[in-house]
Amino acid sequence: MNKNQKDWIDITSGVNVRKCMRCGKCSATCPSYDEMEYHPHQFVYMVEKGDIEPLLNSESLYKCLTCFACVERCPRGVEPAKVIEAVRLTAVRQQGNNHLIPDRIPEMLDDDLPQQAIVTAFRKYTK
Amino acid sequence: MQTFTYYPGCTLRTKAKDLDTYARSSAEALGIALVEPENWQCCGGAYTTATNEVATKLSAVRTLIAGKDTDGLVTVCSACHNVIKQTNYDIARNESMQNKVKQYLELDEAYTGETTVYHYLELLRDVVGFDTLESKVVKPFKGKKIAAYYGCLLLRPSKALAMDNPENPTIMEDFIKAIGGTPVIYAQRNECCGGYITMEDKAQALKRSNAVMESAENMGADMIITACPLCLYNLKKNSCSEMPVYYFTELLAEALGLKENDNE
Repeated sequence: MNKNQKDWIDITSGVNVRKCMRCGKCSATCPSYDEMEYHPHQFVYMVEKGDIEPLLNSESLYKCLTCFACVERCPRGVEPAKVIEAVRLTAVRQQGNNHLIPDRIPEMLDDDLPQQAIVTAFRKYTK
Repeated sequence: MQTFTYYPGCTLRTKAKDLDTYARSSAEALGIALVEPENWQCCGGAYTTATNEVATKLSAVRTLIAGKDTDGLVTVCSACHNVIKQTNYDIARNESMQNKVKQYLELDEAYTGETTVYHYLELLRDVVGFDTLESKVVKPFKGKKIAAYYGCLLLRPSKALAMDNPENPTIMEDFIKAIGGTPVIYAQRNECCGGYITMEDKAQALKRSNAVMESAENMGADMIITACPLCLYNLKKNSCSEMPVYYFTELLAEALGLKENDNE
């Protein structure tokens, strides 16, 4: 396990993953559950164990909608979305590792798509 | 007359002009002055929760500073509201963030979270008052069953947004009652529409938006209202439902007699 990486994720998220009591409510309430390989409760558990590499390489990072349902509903105040955000940033902050590249934008556009969607996707998927 | 700083954000100037135009005309009719700051910048659409990100939060702080010397800062778009309120909450509690922002923006004094941020709905509830609004309605939505769609951004995380009860909100339903309509309560009203995932996974956006629309229709709604341009887009374009979707400001302006009636 890469201890520096785990420490860095803990600092970035500001979350104490050890508070988790494994009730699974975060994953139960997640609107992206079916689309995820690793679910919110697994992010919390795997970061606690330092098993971070599989998370960094998983598409699950880009399925989180940042809707804060898990943050609001966690009975222990663990805030799983912040853990997912910290892992996602650890991935996209690496050189050449942006998930969304600007050249792909034109093909995603239609006449009604609000600017809000584009800026939000950039904020979430790139660095 | 009370004067508020009004932050439209990127989308209200382009794809969501109806959300903006009717917010402005209705405020004027209700005796509220909204002043748009010069040279505002996009809020970024999503708040970065990372504790070691500062640059991505600067535009929101600039907007907050612009609101300092008025009665408050008003936002209409759910995303702007979410980003700006979360920024304000975090900077008020984090001296290190205050110092970093002061240096980045070359401020004379640190910004410490002193601006009060109102979503337009909060302005209606807390400044105008729903009773006063009701008394000014000339074209009530009598007999209309209207579903309020909060989505994710208006309410959560509740400790930062502090707008309403995050699981059993009433602010939009009270608004609907004030304009003479009948609110429809349904299970999916505070669940996510799919948001920006529509950019790369239409199927997921479709699944989420369908769930919201079906949930409202099953409870008998005639129409659904939102404060978010991206919710409106998803519910209209990424769902199979034909139920009309409107911005809450369109209904507000119509009820106040400021807009032609095309919601029949």
